[in-house]
Amino acid sequence: MKDPIDRQPVRLAPTYRFQWEEAQQAHVLLYPEGMVKLNGPAGEILKHCDGTRTETQVIEALQQQFPGNDGLADDVRAFLSDARTRGWVC
Amino acid sequence: MDDGPRPLWLLAELTYACPLQCPYCSNPVDFAAHGAELSTEDWLRVLREARAMGATQLGFSGGEPLARRDLDTLIAEARKLGYYTNLITSAVGMDAERVARFREIGLDHIQVSFQASDAELNDLIAGTTSFQHKLDMARAVKANGFPMVLCFVLHRDNMDRVDDLLELAKSLNADYVELATTQYYGWAWVNRERLMPTREQLKAAEQATNRFREQRAGDMKIYYVVPDYYETRPKPCMNGWGQMFLTIAPDGTALPCHAARQLPGISFPNVRDASIDDIWHRSDAFNHFRGYDWMKEPCRSCPEKTKDFGGCRCQAYMLTGDPANADPVCDKSPFHERVLAAIDTPDQRLAEVVEKPLVFRNPRNSKALS
Repeated sequence: MKDPIDRQPVRLAPTYRFQWEEAQQAHVLLYPEGMVKLNGPAGEILKHCDGTRTETQVIEALQQQFPGNDGLADDVRAFLSDARTRGWVC
Repeated sequence: MDDGPRPLWLLAELTYACPLQCPYCSNPVDFAAHGAELSTEDWLRVLREARAMGATQLGFSGGEPLARRDLDTLIAEARKLGYYTNLITSAVGMDAERVARFREIGLDHIQVSFQASDAELNDLIAGTTSFQHKLDMARAVKANGFPMVLCFVLHRDNMDRVDDLLELAKSLNADYVELATTQYYGWAWVNRERLMPTREQLKAAEQATNRFREQRAGDMKIYYVVPDYYETRPKPCMNGWGQMFLTIAPDGTALPCHAARQLPGISFPNVRDASIDDIWHRSDAFNHFRGYDWMKEPCRSCPEKTKDFGGCRCQAYMLTGDPANADPVCDKSPFHERVLAAIDTPDQRLAEVVEKPLVFRNPRNSKALS
């Protein structure tokens, strides 16, 4: 049976914009009058949260991109759980 | 790219024209005496240059930015350049069509100010009939899918109605509410005694905010901006002078914060004469209070200087006469008594203070005060 969280694709919450910032050499999340500078892994994960993939599919895509990383699935789940709490993704 | 400070936040004060007359406006009191506004081409160059240096957040402000005829051009270009574009507005001068067009050209967010939760007080404080229009426009902002911030400036006359302000915000589906206790710059400085809430009012407002946050807020985020006069340590103003904020005034003057122009002994550069890169990195003005070398005691030897940067230079100047002094909000400042004296209006004066007429922000009063 599917995890209920996996029935819907993961997408960025509409109040946020995600983009690469050349000057900071980092991905950032932008929202009204604020900005979160993301570390490398967070940026890579959010790149895939474009509303076309479920959480499992996001993990699969990242495992293809970064093969041989055993803890990856758990790390991604933990990050996305935190990102949901913060309201970054839905 | 170097690792030094960069102007991540660009505040574009497009014009000092404004249909409202709020007596706590942060614009300079002598705005009517300032020079001609920048051209569209100047603004486009400013946007490009600041973006190339890493500016990401862009606030279109004023005055009322809707009064600038080229606002659409500037928003569209800003979005193309990759800015997150914030429109900070009273909503007066907006209509539903214009909101829809802003969405099309890529504006990211609209912040609408309200002066109160009812028409009578709102229109009295704003100095213009605007409450109903603001309601209509706030609904249009949400209908067009924008994230919306509602901003309420709190002071003696509206502070007892925080519950109503928050209910209003909730009913308009605001994403964020900013309850900003008046900071005493610009016109608010002129009206300080009249606007200053009592300690009881402040306490009640904070309690009401916390209650609402727990019981009613839901997804609506509430920012309660604590008034720094009541603190014992200063705010890290602008996150440090010339560290991340860049304000461009309507006449092109570049400032490390929108209130800085009043500071004596500093010649602020103009974007008509120099590039943003030159201004940010090499102007005397932006280096004047950068870092820690300018500090006097008690800041110089204070371990907390890396946290609050000595507070606000403007507040130090306004309250002590020397902008290099510690912000007197700090209880280590020998001038801290002046802040305490401003907070507590003696009972015998209170009746008189409440009756004091507000000095409204308009060109006539500005000329008289210049």
